Amino acid sequence: MAEPLLRLDGLRKHFGRLAVTDGVTLDVLPGEIHAIIGPNGAGKTTLIHEITGIVAPDDGRIVFAGADITRLSLPARARAGLARSFQITSIVGGFSVLENVALAVQARSGSSFRFAFPAAREGALNAAAMEALDQVGLADRAALPAGTLSHGEKRALELAIALATRPRLLLLDEPLAGAGPQETDRLVALLTRLRAAYTILLVEHDMQAVFALADRISVLVYGRIIATGTVAAIRANAAVRAAYLGEDDT
Amino acid sequence: MRDIAVPVVVLVALAAAPWLGFGGSYETTLMARVMILGMAAVSLAFLVGGAGLVSLGHAAALGIGAYAVAILDAHGITDAARVLPAAIGAAAIFSLVTGAIAIRTSGVHFIMITLAFGQMAFFTASSLAAYGGDDGYTMYSRTELAGTRLLENRLAFHYICLAALALTWAVCAMLLASRFGRVLRAARENAQRVEAVGLAPYPFRLVGYTLAGAMGGLAGFLLANATEFVSPATLSWQRSGELLFMVILGGAGRLWGAILGALVFVLLETWLAQQMQHWKLVFGPLLVLSVIFLRGGLAGLVARRG
Amino acid sequence: MTTQLLLVQALNGLQLGILLFLVAAGLTLVFGVMDFINLAHGVQYMLGAYLGAALAAATGSFWLGLGLALPAALAAGLLLEVLVFRHLYARDHLAQVLATFGVILFLNEGVKVVFGAAPLQVAIPPLLEGGVEIMPGLQYPLYRVAVLGAGLATGGLLWWLVERTRIGMLVRAGATNAPMVSALGVDINRLFTLVFAFGAMLAGFAGVLAGPIFSVEPGMGDNVLILAFVVIVIGGIGSIRGAFIAALLVGLIDTLGKSVAPDLLRLVLDPSSARQAGAALASMLVYVAMAAILAFRPAGLFPVRAG
Repeated sequence: MAEPLLRLDGLRKHFGRLAVTDGVTLDVLPGEIHAIIGPNGAGKTTLIHEITGIVAPDDGRIVFAGADITRLSLPARARAGLARSFQITSIVGGFSVLENVALAVQARSGSSFRFAFPAAREGALNAAAMEALDQVGLADRAALPAGTLSHGEKRALELAIALATRPRLLLLDEPLAGAGPQETDRLVALLTRLRAAYTILLVEHDMQAVFALADRISVLVYGRIIATGTVAAIRANAAVRAAYLGEDDT
Repeated sequence: MRDIAVPVVVLVALAAAPWLGFGGSYETTLMARVMILGMAAVSLAFLVGGAGLVSLGHAAALGIGAYAVAILDAHGITDAARVLPAAIGAAAIFSLVTGAIAIRTSGVHFIMITLAFGQMAFFTASSLAAYGGDDGYTMYSRTELAGTRLLENRLAFHYICLAALALTWAVCAMLLASRFGRVLRAARENAQRVEAVGLAPYPFRLVGYTLAGAMGGLAGFLLANATEFVSPATLSWQRSGELLFMVILGGAGRLWGAILGALVFVLLETWLAQQMQHWKLVFGPLLVLSVIFLRGGLAGLVARRG
Repeated sequence: MTTQLLLVQALNGLQLGILLFLVAAGLTLVFGVMDFINLAHGVQYMLGAYLGAALAAATGSFWLGLGLALPAALAAGLLLEVLVFRHLYARDHLAQVLATFGVILFLNEGVKVVFGAAPLQVAIPPLLEGGVEIMPGLQYPLYRVAVLGAGLATGGLLWWLVERTRIGMLVRAGATNAPMVSALGVDINRLFTLVFAFGAMLAGFAGVLAGPIFSVEPGMGDNVLILAFVVIVIGGIGSIRGAFIAALLVGLIDTLGKSVAPDLLRLVLDPSSARQAGAALASMLVYVAMAAILAFRPAGLFPVRAG
């Protein structure tokens, strides 16, 4: 078995007496799409926050690419190569589509403490940003204000921003939330194209999409991982069916 | 295009004014006030509109710059090569230290904390008995430039103020367009997004806050030389409120709006004060009405027309 | 400095703290419930002081003046709410700051026009003249003791109102989650108006009490406003308990600092520089304390809102 890219080791988080993350141990292997599923209230959002550095775990370790990142801040984790999308789309609405991505490019290429030259005229930044936009099919939208994009396009833009940071791991928090059927199809096709080049940790409610995309699935129930395995193994797992599919048979 | 055109028109008008019958002592004094407060307002517009940092203590930077000139004057130091860096440096250091704490907070906390730090500077100035205390301090002379009394010359001073205003505006515009400014602008709208691409907004905001303080210090240097007098009123919180009003009257988000705001503010204030003793009775309600009805400020009006 | 003087200064500090609390309580409630930053809260304190002074002079009785000034301050608060503040609830903090700043300019000038620029003196009511012996041989003015008592009683009443009554429950709920309270069918606008007018009356009450101690003059509300801001920032915005503790803290630090700092500095400096540096230091102390507290707890001592 290959060395995992991301390893969660015994993560615990309590809010008051409620154990929201109750000893989660999980490996994401290089090159795989690893999905986390679980019913509402299973603690998925908190887990994501712990991985990205918004919430500090009470106990346990997060190891990313061989380094312990448990105490690093959100920006420091991003610089280490952990890119994320947000459950609620997070873009700079007042910026153009291109500038949204160019910001991410500038964050990884050279210092952002440059005070003189107009950033919009930095050809290298714009070229790299266009490349990322091209990957998600938004190249023809580059000049538009990002706030005017459709919901699905904003989702794609957020992906382009994440790609532009040249991440080693993409952490996608419900990328399909709020998308219509057509948009969902387009986004699933996009993620399918990306799978060859990226390692992805996917949290998603849309079971069809998860079963179509994931290499492995971990099932989170009441803060614990009750099963990890291939799509087929998870489908067949009795405990999963009882705890999860029984409640929510989508 | 308008972002360049409007300020250039205003700056050219100010450059031509002394030759169009506005070269008298009264007019140049008034214009100096417009330009100096305009400078402070532009640097505040950079903070408010650019970085999203609504400071209600910006007059402190202005006042500290002015007090640096006065204190050095009291000790016989009037050489611009020493006075100017001291004025800018003192304001920048004050902004750096207070900003380091204030920027940890956000929203209304930030407004209140900058207000409180501004008051701290105000009370400190009031307690400086050696430099006039509450009554203020009258300078022996204006700052000397390379051994000359150039700043005493009315026209020369006019153009020095104009150059400083143009410089402040150009520097702020340059900063906002740079990589640094891009981070500030993005963080104003969505700090989480900036963090998620790997940049922590805090150091950018702190540097921006310090730079704006330095520009406030430059304006303070000129203010002390324009009036040859400093008093705690220079850094009162009312002055901070007035600067903020200039920014909003002009239209936050646009640097040139602040120049326009300063112009309208100073002219209106001067005109009203000539009409009646209790002009603030009219000015206060005007302020309230303009906030309630004139959203987007004067710049918004100009932009909608054009 | 003697123990006796220190005791007197501590009492003075507590009394300043009590006045600050009365002002800060309204400010913190208005902000907590309505997310509204009201710079004009300080001039409402000033207005209370002027109303108290003028009505006491007109009726010849401090008590009648007090009794009439409270409803007048309440009415002034209501008037301002209807005319100005109501139009600003939906706007950002910046717009609120500027519009209420305009109200300050107007009212500070307005009292000059009506009452003149010179400070007004308010006599201590005969009932509360003289002093009480707080230690053998140490007299403390009875009026100041009464202010302390009245402030504590008001604080207790406020605590009861907020913690134990239905209205208070709504106010607390509104401070945590206004949309939720609104969704539960409570007329949030009426609640806003009520809290607002009540806050204005509290500030006015503090103004009337302060009349015989400080001079009544234009702009007297500005410094109190800023100290009240410091209080609610330290205490945690929206928290009455936080405001109470922070107000006493700020009152004590300010008053004791002003009397102790020059003496302490005299140990290391010559008397005249000690006096000057001491005065500068003392006026900074409150803000230094605020900075120190915020460095460790950016949301104040008793944060109301989670996250």
